[in-house]
Amino acid sequence: MGAFQSVHQEDNYEDLATRTGFSPEQIRNLHRRFKHLTKNGDKLRRDHFRVISDLELNPIQSQIIEAFFDKRNFQGNGRGTVSEIGFEEFLIVMSYFLPTDPNLTAEERESFRQRKLHFLFNMYDTDDDGKITVQEYRHVVQVLISQSDNLDQEEAKEIADAAMLEVASLAVVHMAPDEFYEGITFEHFVKIWKGIEIEMKMHVRFSHLETTSICK
Amino acid sequence: NWEQDGFSQGYHAIGYIFLPGDGPQKRFTAPPVNSPAWTQVSPKPQTQPLPVFTINYPRIQVPFEITLWILLASFAKIGFNMYHKITIWIPESCLLISVGLVVGGIMYAVHGMPPAVLTSNVFFLYMLPPIVLDSSYFMPTRPFFENVGTVLWFAVVGTLWNSLGIGVSLYGVCQIEALGLKDINLQENLLFASIISAVDPVAVLAVFEDISINEQLYIVVFGECLFNDAVTVALYNILSFVATMPEVETVDVFLGMARFVVVGLGGLFFGFLFGFAAAFTTRFTAHVREIEPFFVFMFSYLAYLVAELFSLSSIMAIVTCALTMKYYVEENVAQRSCTTIRHVVKMLGTMSETLIFFFLGVATITTDHEWNWGYILFTLLFAFVWRALGVFVLTQIINPFRTIPFNFKDQFGLAYGGLRGAICFALVFLLPQNITCRNLFITATIVVILFTVFIQGISIRPLVECMKVRRTNRKLGTINVEIHKRLMEHTIAGIEDICGQWSHYYWKDKFKKFNDRVLRKILIRDNRAESSIVALYKKLELQNALELLGPAPSDLSAAPSLMDLHVETKPTARTKRNFPASDLRNMHELLSKNMYKIRQRTVEYTKKSALPNDSKVREILIRRHISIRHSFRVGSFPRTVWNLNVSSLDNAEGPGLEDKQSWKMTLHPCSGSRGTDLELEPLSATSSVSQLQRFSSRQERPLQNRYHQPERREHELGQQTSREPIAEGLWGQPQRDSWTAHRYSRSRDEHRPGGGNLPPSAPTGWAQEPLIQKGGGSQNHLNRRPHWRPHNPHGPQSPGQVD
Repeated sequence: MGAFQSVHQEDNYEDLATRTGFSPEQIRNLHRRFKHLTKNGDKLRRDHFRVISDLELNPIQSQIIEAFFDKRNFQGNGRGTVSEIGFEEFLIVMSYFLPTDPNLTAEERESFRQRKLHFLFNMYDTDDDGKITVQEYRHVVQVLISQSDNLDQEEAKEIADAAMLEVASLAVVHMAPDEFYEGITFEHFVKIWKGIEIEMKMHVRFSHLETTSICK
Repeated sequence: NWEQDGFSQGYHAIGYIFLPGDGPQKRFTAPPVNSPAWTQVSPKPQTQPLPVFTINYPRIQVPFEITLWILLASFAKIGFNMYHKITIWIPESCLLISVGLVVGGIMYAVHGMPPAVLTSNVFFLYMLPPIVLDSSYFMPTRPFFENVGTVLWFAVVGTLWNSLGIGVSLYGVCQIEALGLKDINLQENLLFASIISAVDPVAVLAVFEDISINEQLYIVVFGECLFNDAVTVALYNILSFVATMPEVETVDVFLGMARFVVVGLGGLFFGFLFGFAAAFTTRFTAHVREIEPFFVFMFSYLAYLVAELFSLSSIMAIVTCALTMKYYVEENVAQRSCTTIRHVVKMLGTMSETLIFFFLGVATITTDHEWNWGYILFTLLFAFVWRALGVFVLTQIINPFRTIPFNFKDQFGLAYGGLRGAICFALVFLLPQNITCRNLFITATIVVILFTVFIQGISIRPLVECMKVRRTNRKLGTINVEIHKRLMEHTIAGIEDICGQWSHYYWKDKFKKFNDRVLRKILIRDNRAESSIVALYKKLELQNALELLGPAPSDLSAAPSLMDLHVETKPTARTKRNFPASDLRNMHELLSKNMYKIRQRTVEYTKKSALPNDSKVREILIRRHISIRHSFRVGSFPRTVWNLNVSSLDNAEGPGLEDKQSWKMTLHPCSGSRGTDLELEPLSATSSVSQLQRFSSRQERPLQNRYHQPERREHELGQQTSREPIAEGLWGQPQRDSWTAHRYSRSRDEHRPGGGNLPPSAPTGWAQEPLIQKGGGSQNHLNRRPHWRPHNPHGPQSPGQVD
């Protein structure tokens, strides 16, 4: 069983590697990590994430965890959330954080960038209506600064409001006096990031080495 | 006789100043001898008139000349910065050297001798430490530690590669008969090469800053410059020792390597030692705040000197000291001391840098040169070639280990950016006299320095633009970008946690835990200062800052404030000052300071020639809060803000605010696509006030729109149109997003100073008046505003002109 499974897994790894862009060693490592998190189960659930102690300290912990269970991030056309995911979905979500391969063509790079940006967008847009409304924005900003004692929620609000205004001014070139700005759509979101190389920043160095010894 | 001599000496001095040369002396010495008047005076000392006006130049000569030099260099700097166009194309270092050349030329022509001010000792002991302290104090630590492997790799291996390469090839060149340099042996060549290969932080950073090169490159070059000192010093010492020895044995080679390790690690050790000492000392300086900045400077200088004492790498010592000490010291000292430290470090560093370049120019003229075309040209060639080769080879080796590998253009930037500067110059002057061709070396060094600084410095900008080397995006991002970036960073941190990556973040976390558990307890005064205490302290401190800020932008009366302090609020002169950009920065600062403290990531690096302005911005924000709180107390602020549909008023639940004014406002989106009622949560005094503040100080854009609204729609129910003004006030710009209906003012642009006449009105009273659901009420409300000038063509200045 072991041998058969490992061969089966190897094929799987190759297959996953081509689909997600990880190298087989990275996939193996991540699989090990997956197994560790799920305690050798097959499916990852939200409560499995709670054991990661450092994640507790992250202010957007719940958003991050939700991102794993959000069907929109699975590169299908699904909407809504699931309650547990398998390794493949885990890997797909992780693949958003791969560094941009310098060998990609310009279109591939652009589509990669779009995918990364969409991932971020989804983290804001919790009700999945395609727009980031001011409440969602406020919520995120409040959460982001929730760790500080020096700021109160009001300031968070103000910041969020200012940001919304900014997007409006940036995205909608001429707004008639009667218009009502509903929320940031994905196109506007992309416009914000225009000129900023998100690829250089939004990546995690997935190691090829053993990570099991350092499991948190 | 003494009287006569004393008198005449005074006159000697005068004569000397007015007319350099021999003339005056003769002139003034003549009278005592020839003129009978003098001789008549001398025998009767009592009748000699009291000298009303004497000049004694020799006494103050040295400090005076130093001050004049410094002033001259500073004037040159002012002059360059007045013409921005020049500094775009020609780096400041070049300009300063040119000025130095000119001045040196003048002095040479006049005096025939160089100014005695610049010696190697002066350079190494007085001029270099401030620069290194400046660079390392403002070094962006996070990118640095992320790239520390690359940095060390380039610094150590790169410098060795360069030295050996250049030395050996120059030795080969020396073998050519035609150049007549056969007498320079291998050791001397290697020694010279080790001097030349040192990339100089001062020159490079000035240029890189100007072209905003991307952060990775900047950090690598920066780190390389700072750390190659260890290698250079070790090599220099070894080789100068060896150059005097008749022959080299293998054991000496090993000793050399051991020496290198000792030099590097020793510097590090002393740096840590003094850094911790400084941090520890500042723990106890709560009652002697005035001398707090002193410790920073003294300890870092001490680290430098002690390392020099033991012939270790003093630059590494001071870098490590600054890095270690900064974090803890800035937590311990008062806000003002922190600002002072930063400002003085910046000032000293900039001054030193200016002076160094200046003197480089001067000394170029005034040293004795020995010119040998072949040697010098080959030196230039090899310096360039070996650097390029070195960068290329080393990058190939280290790229696989980097997350963001260097592409070819980056490598070009790295290679071309290897400018040599004053350190080489000072080192070459330190060469022992018994080396033959010392003057040749000096000349060659100067040529290399001038070439790299001028030619490479000037041409790097067009080349970088041409080749599209990755630049950094310097403009302060919008708030959106800031928020999203933060989100992204937290996300990445979370993902890393989930992956359980064993990256260097692991070590960072370990260090953080160690830091929190052990180091902070020892080195920081109050390990967990309560925010309320901190806030109170800040308020107390910022009272004075408030006065500095000038007249508050709104009506403040002198009512007692929140705090126990007596606040002398100035009467209303509205400040015409504009704070739009600083508000933006405020928010950035708020965001950056208050997020996820465990893993702070600073993405942006500090511009070298500018002070980091975070504390200042924070001060401004807090000052505003304070001033606004006062105004609240006083009730002077028009609740313009609240000129919205106030459907119900509740008591404030603002966090810990004494001023319990708040109201819930329900605003109905006009074209209610969403149809949701947005609730503005109870505004705390602070925030509302801060809003008002921004409001008043921002000049918002045309209020025409605003004021048209009421006219048009005053009868519509639930229209925020009338609320417009207020709503606008919230940010100094019309807040539309989802609550107000109409004009979205797209302006985040310039605001005329506005503030406007906010007539005092009791907020309480105001607030309690439920804002009308009908337009009529709003009309009323608007009418109540004394300063409202609806027909003002440019729009009233102050959006907040409500009663």
